[in-house]
Amino acid sequence: MLTLTWLLIAVPLASAAVLLLAGRRADAWGHWLGVAASGTAFVVGFVAFLQMLGLESEERATSVHLFSWIPGGELNLDAGLLVDPLSMTFVLLITFVGTLIHVYSVAYMEHDADRRRFFAYLNLFVAAMLLLVLADSYLLLFVGWEGVGLASYLLIGFWNFKREYATAANKAFFVNRIGDLGLIFAMGLMFSYFGALDFDSVLSQAPEATTAQLTAIGLMLLLAACGKSAQFPLQSWLGDAMAGPTPVSALIHAATMVTAGVYLIVRSAPIFNGAPNAQVVVAAVGAFTLILGALIGMAKDDIKKALAASTMSQIGYMMLAAGLGPIGYAFAIFHLVTHGFFKAGMFLGAGSVMHAMNDQVDMRRFGALKGAMVVTWVTFGLGWLAILGVPPFSGFFSKDKIIEAAFVGEGWQPWVFGGAALIGAGLTAFYMSRLFFMTFHGKARWTDEVHPHESPALMTVPMMILAVGSAFLGLFLAMGDRFTHWLEPVTGHAEHHEPVLPVPVLIALTLILVAAGGLLAWLRYGRAEVPETAPSASLATLAARNDFFQDSVNRAVVQRPGQHLTRTLVYVDATVVDGAVNKQARGWAGLGEASRRLQNGQVRSYAATMLVGLVIVVAVIVVGGL
Amino acid sequence: MNFVTPEIAWAPLAPIIIVLGAAAIGVLIEAFVRRPATRRTIQLGFGLVVLIAALGTTIAQWAALEGGGTTVMQFMLTVDRQALAWQTVILVFGILGIILFAARTRAGEPAFTALGSASPGSLEETLARRRGLEVTEVFPLLLFAVGGMMLFTCVTDFVFLFVALEVFSLALYILVALARRRRLMSHEAALKYFLLGAFSSAIYIFGVALIYGATTQTSFAPVGRAIDVISDRDPLLLTGVVLVLVGLLFKLGAVPFHSWTPDAYQGAPTPVTAFMGAATKAAATAALVRILYTSLYPLEWEISWMIWAVACLSMVLGTVLALVQTNVKRMLAYSSVAHAGFILVAFAGLTNEAVAALPFYLLAYGLATIGAFAVVSQVRERTEDGSVGAEAVRLGQWAGLGKRSPLLAGAMALFLLSFAGIPLTAGFIGKFEVFSAAIAGGGWPLVLVAVIASAVAAFFYVRLVVLMFLTDVPEGIEDAVEVEDSPLATLVVVVTAAGVIVLGVLPAGVLSVFESAAQFLVLSNG
Repeated sequence: MLTLTWLLIAVPLASAAVLLLAGRRADAWGHWLGVAASGTAFVVGFVAFLQMLGLESEERATSVHLFSWIPGGELNLDAGLLVDPLSMTFVLLITFVGTLIHVYSVAYMEHDADRRRFFAYLNLFVAAMLLLVLADSYLLLFVGWEGVGLASYLLIGFWNFKREYATAANKAFFVNRIGDLGLIFAMGLMFSYFGALDFDSVLSQAPEATTAQLTAIGLMLLLAACGKSAQFPLQSWLGDAMAGPTPVSALIHAATMVTAGVYLIVRSAPIFNGAPNAQVVVAAVGAFTLILGALIGMAKDDIKKALAASTMSQIGYMMLAAGLGPIGYAFAIFHLVTHGFFKAGMFLGAGSVMHAMNDQVDMRRFGALKGAMVVTWVTFGLGWLAILGVPPFSGFFSKDKIIEAAFVGEGWQPWVFGGAALIGAGLTAFYMSRLFFMTFHGKARWTDEVHPHESPALMTVPMMILAVGSAFLGLFLAMGDRFTHWLEPVTGHAEHHEPVLPVPVLIALTLILVAAGGLLAWLRYGRAEVPETAPSASLATLAARNDFFQDSVNRAVVQRPGQHLTRTLVYVDATVVDGAVNKQARGWAGLGEASRRLQNGQVRSYAATMLVGLVIVVAVIVVGGL
Repeated sequence: MNFVTPEIAWAPLAPIIIVLGAAAIGVLIEAFVRRPATRRTIQLGFGLVVLIAALGTTIAQWAALEGGGTTVMQFMLTVDRQALAWQTVILVFGILGIILFAARTRAGEPAFTALGSASPGSLEETLARRRGLEVTEVFPLLLFAVGGMMLFTCVTDFVFLFVALEVFSLALYILVALARRRRLMSHEAALKYFLLGAFSSAIYIFGVALIYGATTQTSFAPVGRAIDVISDRDPLLLTGVVLVLVGLLFKLGAVPFHSWTPDAYQGAPTPVTAFMGAATKAAATAALVRILYTSLYPLEWEISWMIWAVACLSMVLGTVLALVQTNVKRMLAYSSVAHAGFILVAFAGLTNEAVAALPFYLLAYGLATIGAFAVVSQVRERTEDGSVGAEAVRLGQWAGLGKRSPLLAGAMALFLLSFAGIPLTAGFIGKFEVFSAAIAGGGWPLVLVAVIASAVAAFFYVRLVVLMFLTDVPEGIEDAVEVEDSPLATLVVVVTAAGVIVLGVLPAGVLSVFESAAQFLVLSNG
């Protein structure tokens, strides 16, 4: 079965192709084909997983050769898959959560005329994401990387009849291109240092490379990871990406695609192990983003944007763990898995709430929904307890391990990273509780025309399954360090280190901060009245509401200089080189003007350009060389 | 002085002889077949058969080739695997081009003018149009161009190269002038192209004269050996070399020798733009490869910075100027300038990998170019009386095209993504091969610029994709813009789209063919 893992990619891909090509004919059954394709992928993945469990832990990595892709020359590259515990973890997460979200979407998108196309894109996304995690070389990973970007782009802009939604899609695309550049540069560096791009050769040669080389590669990989995983300074697109349908936010912008950056870093572990400076930067980016995301989350009134900020913050935790080196890799992936469950569950819950509230997203017009939507309330509540890190729910086991690991080390690092992780836990408790109480508790602040009702079973059943995962998955995987041992063949064995503070103290501190955050949120948003419009606020709150002016910063730093450069070059070209040609593009009026244009010496100016270029070249080569 | 009759091995020239001979016959057909409609059918069928026969002969020669190849005419002409590979690429472009030449709208309107000699808007033109005349000389002209380009890839002498250059250039100058719509612009483009082309030819031939003055040789290999012997700081030699390279860079459309591209691309009939954009670049690259690798390589150090500078300028200016274009054809023209830069990137370090990478890059680029212009030729304006008018080339006219004809717009999106180098398209593999060849040759700073330029370039390609798919269909556009699905143009779109995907997903076979073509036959002494 392990050799049949290519089916994982082929089945959803084929389904996407059928759905796109069949057109309106497939409208009646298309969504079920999509669900079936995703389900089949899960079954294949699960059978392969069982088979892998039967093997000794050293033998669990299998290479599946697909075909010779780019042969010859310096670089001989095959297209192949690498099935090992790390990629298998992702396969199971993607196909399981993915299938549930497919089922949910059948009901959620029921009234959309383009439901079939939506499922085609979802299938396309699943195929690309599986290719990303199963690829056995950076180049093939890049194919998947671009593929998920494309699918995400198509899905964010799915409701492109609203102009700002299309703009959001563009923004996601452009920011991701910057990240992609990082990956391309990293591949260029690998190719020039190691002469190869497959994981096997690159990672086995990594220990022999110099620290400077590894640092350069590592920082470029980090840039790529920041773009895909919405980490500082490339985080601005994630909030806007919430323009997509909610199941998309759950699958792509919470559970799977945005975690690809963490995967990339953990997969490249041998490179980062040899580059301590790059590791510190990874951890610092993670720590900064986790606080930044939490602060933004505290100020947002849009339920999806608050959840998006929370995703950014939680991925910050994973990045932080990945930057800690071997002691953190397994915990990063652990948190990634539990987060995949509870955050997807909460997004689906948010979708269910929006479904009930005529697609409103302003939490100030929610409140007291627990009576109207019991299933949503309970499932969302379990996710809420999990993300807060309340024992014994999933998030407690994964997040607490990261906090402990962050406190390991010498000098300033454990205090800064550990401190950030600890404060982040308190902030998380505050803003998630705020979200929870504003939505489900307090007084009803509904607009007049809404009549909240529970969602149909097709939507609630996936939410219940994810809620079960949010509740117990962490405990199940943490028992006997099951998950850490499972990943050990990939991440390597980590020596146990004691944190700078005793573990019980850390746990106690965390829980106190969480309780304090939750209580404060209850006092302000559960018990007290919540105004229906956002009150005027301090400068800090305003800044957080505006994503700390990230868009303005981007405009000032990237967009403006780019525009000026373009304008200058265009001006030069238009006046010096191009003469009247641009006029011709503008107005293509009468014959008289056209014939005049023919005689106004443009050809002469063209020839002059050539001549000047020629003279410069000759001068430099001949005179300069003499 | 004794003149010795050269010994010529004719057999390896069979494909070129077939094409050029058929072109001459095509001219006779013009004279003897009187009805325009019959003439067109005969010319198309004849041209297709000839090109396919030539392609078959080329492939047969590839299979039968022993050793490095054949020296056809001492120091003047060599048919080796490298030449055969380029000839195959050019023949493929020729076949696609001739099909596109024959495409016409549902109303039966061809892309070419009714009477080439009539001045635009004159009475003669109106009469000719009314009588259903049609310039069918375009078919033999295309054959002349293809034949000249094929010759261009296997010539090993600077003077002979000039002859081949003029053979295909003259045909192209005429073709550019023959647009049916916007004739003035077409005339203007042809005249500009001709004047600048003549200028660059003069530069080239002057360079050859200087090289002859410095080395007393005109053939590639002897010039190379002479450079080894004489001082490589000889100003006569260096100036000559620069002039020769400028002549070729002009054909490639690299900055600052690119000024003709936007005008010629825009003014030429779209089928001509498609063929010219793809095939001229391939031919120019082929000649550049042969010259640099078999003749000028001792001067690598001296000319490398020129290649680097021109490559950087082309990539940056091509990309930036493409960003601000509002005309689809001009945007693609500036994109072709940027691609000229990407092509030059491969020459960093003159590695062996580059020789294998370049034919692939050009094949990928050419297929996407022909496909893209085939799409352009089908998006038409509607005139006030409801008939089909000129091509709709303003970007705004493409808004919402994806909703109106998803397959055509989808194909266009595919070609644009291939230009941008997105994975699973031919363009990605091409860029990857070219960039890794350059890295192997130590040209990583150049690759850095190239990667950034291609990232920026993705913006304007994707802008058009967004316009087609994610923008509302503007009010009244259905009345103003019409999609003409001519069967022949659609055939070209389908074939090129399939090619782009196949080369992107399963490039291994074609890559290994070009890999085995990465060798030159150089006559050591004669």
